[in-house]
Amino acid sequence: MHFGEGRIPEAYLAHVGRKRLIVCLSCVILAVLFVASVSLGPVNVPPLDVLAAFLGKAASPRDQIIVLSIRLPQSLAAALSGMALSAAGAAMQSILRNPLGSPFTLGISHAAAFGAAFSVIILGSGLMTSSQEGAVTILNPYLTTGMAFAFCLVAALIVVGVSRLRGASPEVMVLTGVALGALFTAGTMFLQYFADDRQLAAMVFWTFGDVARAKWNTLAFMAVVSLPVIGFFYLNRLNLNAIDAGDETARGLGVRVERLRLVGMLLASLLTATVVAFLGVIGFVGLVCPHLARWAVGDDHRFLLPLSCILGAVLLVASDTAARLVIAPSVLPVSVLTAFLGAPTFIALLLGRRKK
Amino acid sequence: MKLCARDLDVGYRDRLVLSQVAFELEPGEILAVLGPNGVGKTTLLRTLNAMLPARGGAVLVEDADILQMSARQIAQTMGYVPQRSEAGRLTAFDAILLGRVPHLHFAVRQEDLRVVDAAIRRLGLEELALRNLDRMSGGELQKVCIARALVQEPSVLLLDEPTSSLDLKNQMEILNLVREVAQGHGVGVVMTMHDLSAALRFANRFLFLKKGRVLSVCDREGLSSEVIGEVYGVPVCIEWIRGCPVVIPEN
Repeated sequence: MHFGEGRIPEAYLAHVGRKRLIVCLSCVILAVLFVASVSLGPVNVPPLDVLAAFLGKAASPRDQIIVLSIRLPQSLAAALSGMALSAAGAAMQSILRNPLGSPFTLGISHAAAFGAAFSVIILGSGLMTSSQEGAVTILNPYLTTGMAFAFCLVAALIVVGVSRLRGASPEVMVLTGVALGALFTAGTMFLQYFADDRQLAAMVFWTFGDVARAKWNTLAFMAVVSLPVIGFFYLNRLNLNAIDAGDETARGLGVRVERLRLVGMLLASLLTATVVAFLGVIGFVGLVCPHLARWAVGDDHRFLLPLSCILGAVLLVASDTAARLVIAPSVLPVSVLTAFLGAPTFIALLLGRRKK
Repeated sequence: MKLCARDLDVGYRDRLVLSQVAFELEPGEILAVLGPNGVGKTTLLRTLNAMLPARGGAVLVEDADILQMSARQIAQTMGYVPQRSEAGRLTAFDAILLGRVPHLHFAVRQEDLRVVDAAIRRLGLEELALRNLDRMSGGELQKVCIARALVQEPSVLLLDEPTSSLDLKNQMEILNLVREVAQGHGVGVVMTMHDLSAALRFANRFLFLKKGRVLSVCDREGLSSEVIGEVYGVPVCIEWIRGCPVVIPEN
């Protein structure tokens, strides 16, 4: 059948325009926050000098080093990991058809923590050295993050494997994730029980999520992995909308639901693994930001995905900046701040929804 | 396009649900699939659009085997409205726009928006276009789901219980719409129904299933109270009121 020509309704264009405006405004907020984040810290660099340093025309070599070598990679890492975690959360919520879907529901972060603990205690990558500032560093960060990454993928593969055997239903995936989370947490505790003080300290230190660990090379790796994955989810934005309408409906629209569910889960796990392995466990971003975005633009993934990414970046950049300032000159772990900011926001969102 | 089911055997795991089901559907015809709960009506619809591949036999659309077609090609040919659809926080317009997914490559085009608008006006949903699905009544939601299937611009429409849980007004609106789509656009419709009288009034042909087999495929003239009685296990009589057959259980 063919429909006659319709018009493009003004009201719909205005409705879409409003959502676009929200996304654009949040981009502006992110940009301002980003410059502020690079500007603020133990040594303040005025925002105009920050912009000048971006262009390679810093007022002093000191500013240039602070901005380009220390703050910029850190803020970029915060933005990128916020985007990645939030995109993974938004995609998982849709793919699992479960509002609790987030990187943490699947036990991915627990697996990463176990991987790091395994590396520190069994492989000996965690002999602590005190640097001059009194901070702790892990002797072999590559081995530690490598093991965390490996265990993330093991967890993701188990989730995907079980769902392959038992049908990729949302319940099966989430329950598998819960079981894996418990298993890896117990595994970590088992290892910690036999660790000595220094190993225990190394493990706990690794578990604190911290974007200051990112250097330019890790940042490049994270970008190469996460940006194409985020692009994949964006390409599938209408298919994700279709899955929201129900599996049967989506299949009727020609969406290969099982395949998208498996590939999507694997890629969302990869996003999480990349962030957690390099920066440690950063909670709440993947759960709160997609919900915040849903509250602002609804469930349409054409806007939900970009807005989730931007809000994820906003939350993490803001938390990272605050973490540097709250007890300066010491630095709080950013994961503490994301939970402090994220948990009340989430509860407020839940209460707001109940009122409606 | 002509739809042909040829000796379909369909099952889940070790259980055969449908056996040797065969029928043909001409463009513009409405075929009502009738039978008691659990007889395999929904299974038949799912087999027709290859969601559940048949173990034996074939589904042919204009002599092309449906299993040789891609999911996208099938969605361009057949619209499917399942019994249940989730109502998320998506506006009716955006929900109907999803029906264009089988025709899209990367982005929504102006042309797609025009088709959706035409469908919305055709179904009289203008007032609801920007309302979220989770704030709609059952009847409104069902109309949105049918509109979504229609903007797929299909040759065949598969409807699973399109009027279940709807009030009389909504039932009539939806069945009249289905009839218009079939007659006006030459779309073949296969719909499962529980309401026998509504089915007999709106469909041209009837397929009665019993224990996974076709008991009878007939048109209105071929209806017999014996067949209906045997299918449902209840003696019935058929009364004709104002030219429409009405099934009345005898007790």
